[in-house]
Amino acid sequence: MPTLAQKEGLRAGLMLAPAYLWLTVAVFLPLSAMAFFSFLSDMPLSGADWHLTAANYAEFFSTPTYALLLWKSLKLAALVTALCVLIGFPCAWVLAKTIRGRSREALFLLVILPFWSNSLVRIFSWAIVLRGNGVLDRAVNAVLPWDVDVNLMFSPAAVTIGLVHSYVPYVILTCYLALQAIDDSLIEAARSLGAPRRTILVRLILPLSAPGLIAGAVLVFVPVVGSFMEPRLLGGRTGTYYGTVIEDQFVAVFNWPLGAALSFILLAVVLLVLAAASPALRKAAP
Amino acid sequence: MTRALNLLGLVWLALVLVFLYAPILVMAAMSLNDSQFYALPFEFSTQWYEKLAENREILAAAWRSIWIACVVTAIATLLGTMAALALNRSAFPGKRLLQALLFPPIAIPWLITGTAMLVFFFGIGLGRGTPAVILGHVALALPYVIVTVTARLASFDPALAEAARSLGARPLTVATRITLPHIAPGVIAGALFAFAVSFDQFVVSYFLSEPGDTTLPVLIYTAIRKGFTPEINAISTLIILVSMAVMLLAARKSNFGGNR
Repeated sequence: MPTLAQKEGLRAGLMLAPAYLWLTVAVFLPLSAMAFFSFLSDMPLSGADWHLTAANYAEFFSTPTYALLLWKSLKLAALVTALCVLIGFPCAWVLAKTIRGRSREALFLLVILPFWSNSLVRIFSWAIVLRGNGVLDRAVNAVLPWDVDVNLMFSPAAVTIGLVHSYVPYVILTCYLALQAIDDSLIEAARSLGAPRRTILVRLILPLSAPGLIAGAVLVFVPVVGSFMEPRLLGGRTGTYYGTVIEDQFVAVFNWPLGAALSFILLAVVLLVLAAASPALRKAAP
Repeated sequence: MTRALNLLGLVWLALVLVFLYAPILVMAAMSLNDSQFYALPFEFSTQWYEKLAENREILAAAWRSIWIACVVTAIATLLGTMAALALNRSAFPGKRLLQALLFPPIAIPWLITGTAMLVFFFGIGLGRGTPAVILGHVALALPYVIVTVTARLASFDPALAEAARSLGARPLTVATRITLPHIAPGVIAGALFAFAVSFDQFVVSYFLSEPGDTTLPVLIYTAIRKGFTPEINAISTLIILVSMAVMLLAARKSNFGGNR
């Protein structure tokens, strides 16, 4: 006769099993399979002979192209993250501290709504705005008295704009949650004690909202390092990044073992970033 | 001074909203513009929507996207709600690990997850195609459902369920009459998130779907790379309307953004 606790435990196990089995089959086993794949000399699917090798990783370290592209992607991610923080933090501040009442909720929804909508479609919408003789070109020329040629399409600038547009709501969301949690009376106390605005910002607001700020930055940085669709659509020929090279290995060149190795190097970078930020992330999680 | 700063802040917020919405509005406007080459001045026309209604390829992909999203929503909501209930019930060894395991599918870039799925599904003989897409989408949606339902469960007093149990209600009755009605908003919000994750999913679908048998975002990606027409604007406008409506509903249900 099982005890009540055992029955409870069994029921909990049965309720958890389907979800976690699914995650195992669709996420954890694939990641392990890819780790294995990255050490293969050839695709075993095509019937070709294969053996275990570290050649795919050696290729990353011996061919400067890959490391340079990873560096390019990291720089892009850093730039996009910095822009998102600079644009998003003041926004979050206004939403959390300046606006009151019902309009705050509505505006907050308005800010994060695009973020929840289709990212591919939003990138496409920038393609229409940015292309030569497009809407931005005409708008600028209509305002300025002299002729300028505004064709940002297929440039690193276009990629940056599209990515900032995609990810700035993340930063606004996490910073808003962090700023909202700061008690107004703290700020008032500092002010009434004569602290200048700068001091309040640097000594009070920034430290208190740091977990939200860092969480937002990580949530931007990580997906941008691995982005490939945005550079493809907005970058054109200049849009070769680490992510697009991985995409190529799987859909164009069909060198899956090399693609798997490149993916794993990216995963290592991502995990390093997440580990470095994990104390802040843990604090930011509600 | 403070007032001036506040005003500056409001202007900043307004500019950001323009930045967020202007391209979407331009895209929507161009779907109603007569010219195929996005020429201005604007001439109103619904011809692109009419062309869309005749485009079998796009319609088939749209239909596929919708029913895949519905299947994914049903599976992810059921499995996710069950898991959330079990995770919430009591402390047991390994609970923290199980909760931590929800983060890799969210935190790891989809490029990595998607290519890993492709490699693994080929390895086990499943290959590409709709079953692979559904398998992948459910895995991506599950953590969202579990997190949303768990958040709702936090406000549920377990004493209510215990009281019902001690008064002689069967576990199933407790679940359907006490627990589920209370967590319903969380479950609905989780389901809407799951729908959005699947319906808007591009990266994972891109690696897992069969060419010629793709979902809508994948079809649009391939079409854009070949050169785009206002027809793409039309379908994109419809997609963004659907996904925004779904998220608006989810936000209402889950009280996203906190209570006043």
